[in-house]
Amino acid sequence: MSAAAILQGKSGAWEPVIGLEVHVELDTATKMFCGCAVTKGDAPNMHTCPVCLAHPGALPVVNRRAVEYATRIALALNCTVRPRNVFHRKNYFYPDLPKAYQISQFDEPLALDGWFEYWSGGEKLRCRVNRVHMEEDAAKLVHAGGEAGRIAGSEYSVVDFNRGGTPLIEIVSEPDILSPAAARDFLQQLRDLVIELGVSECTMEEGQVRWDANISVRPAGSAGLGTRTELKNMNSFRYLQQALESELPRQVDVLEAGGMIDQETLHFDPTTGTTTPLRSKEEAHDYRYFPEPDLVPLVMDPAWVEEVRAGLPELPGARIARLSEQYGLSRADAVVLGGAGVLARFYEEVVARGVDAKLAANWTMGEYLAHLNAAGLEPGHGHVTAERLAALVRLVAEGTVSTSAAKDVFAKMIAERAEPAAIVETHGLGQISDGAKLEAVVADVVAGNPAQVEQYRGGKPQVIGFLVGQVMTATGGRANPKLVNELLRKTLDG
Amino acid sequence: MGALDTLRLTAREAKKLLVDGEVSAAELTKAYLDQIAAVEDRVHAYILVTADNAAKYSTKVDREMQAMRGPLAGLPIAIKDNMVTEGVTTTCASRILGNYMPVYTATAVRQLWDDHVVMLGKTNLDEFAMGSSTENSSVQTTRNPWDLATVPGGSSGGSAAAVAAGEALWALGSDTGGSIRQPAALCGIVGMKPTYGLVSRYGLIAFASSLDQIGPLTRSVYDCALLLRHIGGKDPRDTTSVESPEAVELPSAERLDGLRVGIPREYLAAGIEPGVRARFDATIARVEELGGTWVEVSLPHTEYALSAYYIIAPAEASANLARFDGVRYGHRAADADDLITMYERTRGEGFGAEVKRRIMIGTYALSAGYYDAYYGRAQRVRTLVRRDFDTVFEQVDLVASPTSPTVAFGVGSRTDDPLAMYMSDICTLPVNLAGLPAISIPCGLSGGLPVGFQLIGPAFSENRILDAAHALEAAIGFEPAPAFRDSSAGPEPGEGGSATVAAAGAPS
Amino acid sequence: MIGEDDVRYVAKLARLHLEQDEMRRMTGELAKILAHIDKMSELDTAAVPPTAHVLDVVDVTRADRVEPGLPRAEALRNAPAVTDDSFRVPRMS
Repeated sequence: MSAAAILQGKSGAWEPVIGLEVHVELDTATKMFCGCAVTKGDAPNMHTCPVCLAHPGALPVVNRRAVEYATRIALALNCTVRPRNVFHRKNYFYPDLPKAYQISQFDEPLALDGWFEYWSGGEKLRCRVNRVHMEEDAAKLVHAGGEAGRIAGSEYSVVDFNRGGTPLIEIVSEPDILSPAAARDFLQQLRDLVIELGVSECTMEEGQVRWDANISVRPAGSAGLGTRTELKNMNSFRYLQQALESELPRQVDVLEAGGMIDQETLHFDPTTGTTTPLRSKEEAHDYRYFPEPDLVPLVMDPAWVEEVRAGLPELPGARIARLSEQYGLSRADAVVLGGAGVLARFYEEVVARGVDAKLAANWTMGEYLAHLNAAGLEPGHGHVTAERLAALVRLVAEGTVSTSAAKDVFAKMIAERAEPAAIVETHGLGQISDGAKLEAVVADVVAGNPAQVEQYRGGKPQVIGFLVGQVMTATGGRANPKLVNELLRKTLDG
Repeated sequence: MGALDTLRLTAREAKKLLVDGEVSAAELTKAYLDQIAAVEDRVHAYILVTADNAAKYSTKVDREMQAMRGPLAGLPIAIKDNMVTEGVTTTCASRILGNYMPVYTATAVRQLWDDHVVMLGKTNLDEFAMGSSTENSSVQTTRNPWDLATVPGGSSGGSAAAVAAGEALWALGSDTGGSIRQPAALCGIVGMKPTYGLVSRYGLIAFASSLDQIGPLTRSVYDCALLLRHIGGKDPRDTTSVESPEAVELPSAERLDGLRVGIPREYLAAGIEPGVRARFDATIARVEELGGTWVEVSLPHTEYALSAYYIIAPAEASANLARFDGVRYGHRAADADDLITMYERTRGEGFGAEVKRRIMIGTYALSAGYYDAYYGRAQRVRTLVRRDFDTVFEQVDLVASPTSPTVAFGVGSRTDDPLAMYMSDICTLPVNLAGLPAISIPCGLSGGLPVGFQLIGPAFSENRILDAAHALEAAIGFEPAPAFRDSSAGPEPGEGGSATVAAAGAPS
Repeated sequence: MIGEDDVRYVAKLARLHLEQDEMRRMTGELAKILAHIDKMSELDTAAVPPTAHVLDVVDVTRADRVEPGLPRAEALRNAPAVTDDSFRVPRMS
């Protein structure tokens, strides 16, 4: 663990210490403890039953697929899946919690002691995972009459139980994250991983991924843990970064002034970009955990766990190593291409069409990624299919079109939704490799630039670059640069 | 056909009458509705009598009897009002349920609907099944038909009184610490708590999830078996329900040859009234007459069972009752401007004193810093109680004890002292802690009031228990029916002191 | 020994409003009951495993198949207050 972001205070250097508790809603067909459909965006209270409405006499029954999905996550995070796990009741009153307890896991959770490797600031970092456990999501609570839907100043609130009971996986990290950037990268890459596991689409807007951040600071280079504050229920990477950039200096200021950090929950206000303590009427929650008597323990058959492990998709670490080796890519390139499965798949499809791996890598990481970014597309979507990119790369490799012209072809291909070869044809972007034609242009350029010719012959070989440029200009950038170089040298030297 | 003697008729006999065409389902139901009309104003067993529905449905059963030939078709039953019944209000004898109209039906009850029983109504109980006298009901106090100045026991007091008073052929109750067996004993009828898990709890309004079970209250052991056969089974909606390794059989045993019975010395030391003890001893003598043997055994952790129970049950209850918060159903305090006030007033207004006490104990026992000392420890004591039974059942086939230390006590005589009330369950609640099956059968009278005899068996030994109880029942020959006396109205002419049915040669 | 402060804290946790006289009575009753329950502490239970379930059953789960639930009208029928097809609660501010 390195790359702590140093906070320069008045009296010395400090480093942030951040831990994250991430909640992921699973994309199972039904809820964690009942057969109601898990849905998004439907009208309120269309998917409820006596169980998820906590009617008297109703009882929970565990969703097997949710256990499988949770196990996938635990294994992908290198956790030890415990041989037996148990559900507990976490007791508190809130309108979005119909039983007034959440069925969750406490001291006998699904999995413990894993880690997650992620990249931040060009470095590979490792964050230990304390635990992965299963629980149920709360219902949707909306406050009416206050400002921006907040509780403060609200007149009443309403509850929609559609979401209540959705399977929720909690991933708790150790406080190993040492900068706001690392926190953001950790979350983004963790999200990518979960999506790849096929257990959740992790849509941010729907709040399918949310996290709490535990934030403290300590003198740079020291080991202990200071008092932490908590940011709860965030679902925006940008807001997290802003919140951290507000809270961390605040803590440094307090400590340097000789004060103490109060262990409190913070609210982040996006309009001011700052965090303020939540003035809550509650004292620290006394959750009164006890084992859920309505459910029996889950025994995790090792053979079944291995089946789940075998069924996991290739994980980022392994994939990066494989790409590097299989395609002779540099570590850095392999990281860019292999970090996310969707991009890696795209890249490999391009190469599979018989194109040079390194050339394909450059084009994928360069023009293609830039295009995805600009167009807001996911890899594999849009007009630039693996087939088309491969075709373009092949044209470059064959010398049919120069590299610079090919970039033009790429842009036009998208704009006109046409094939690369057709674009080259239509726009006459083909590289001129006709020796006779080029000889004529070369002769013209040599004739028209006696001073540079003189310099070249006088012992400045780099001047050839200017002359090559003149040929390129004369040919509208289409001359085959290698051939131009050869011809020029022949003319000048010969 | 003469008038049906609803005070004595068994389900077995009633079925025979139906099948033989001697009585119609409508007539059968009417007989019970008539008895309800005659005595309910003295007994107060029912919170709700569904007379119209019962009459209509029994008529329908008659019409479609050909199609509805099942063993329970047309037989009228009363259901304790802590089991949800879709379309029929369910109150749990609590104000906090308000006008709650269930949107589904409890599995055990649904099974009976499928068998075409006729529901007479929902019976009274201690609020949320917390109590041993039915005096904790927010609706009314049910009276024991044997002496209307006494309690029917609890929490299934309404069901027990209804059966005893001839207001129902049989009934369903629930048992968490003795709530079927103790009222059965006090009302002179049969009551059984099955092995934990045998009957689905889906739709049983939860009191203590790891202890609750639904069970029959009937006039005979045969009836008890018959009803139990139809309410059990593994329910996909109840994770804690299991399929019994063997089907519940209808008992036929007449002898107890080879049966070894253990009598726990700790239960006999538990303040058993002399009259109750005398009846118990007499019944043990019958066991021997029928070929059984008995031996004294020890369940050494019995005295700690009460402590463990009065932590575990309230702790689970405190969580189970937290859903009654005025948000989605039931009572909501009027004029509560903010959420917290609404919560606190709703629950303060809606729950009775005993329920509040137990919620408080339970919350306290689970609260920060106390878990290990209370709940954690109670769960370990529970293991010790189970192990006691496991050890004893290596020696004997069944354990016998008085069901309740006393006969029915006076209304209001224990309400000032919760602890005294809790002591009523000393012989029954260890059974719930261990999850074992147990039955109570009437074994005689003491001071004119019924005494119950309890048989406890290992897990899933229902058939062994029912057979033994059946044979013993015949030998005991408990005949009397309640006379709806009221001792608070002064003694009847010719009555003086306690009139005990004498027994010969009781062991001490 | 449980005192009125404890009772007040527990009542708050349990969202139970108790009148002053209820509070006083409850404190006495709970103290008595808890004193009796304390008998348990005579036992050395350190080496005894807790029984969370009397059944010897594990691993009961269900398939991830949608089952019909409640029509919205049924879901809302017992609601003390409804707004916008949702359960309304008094202000949380």
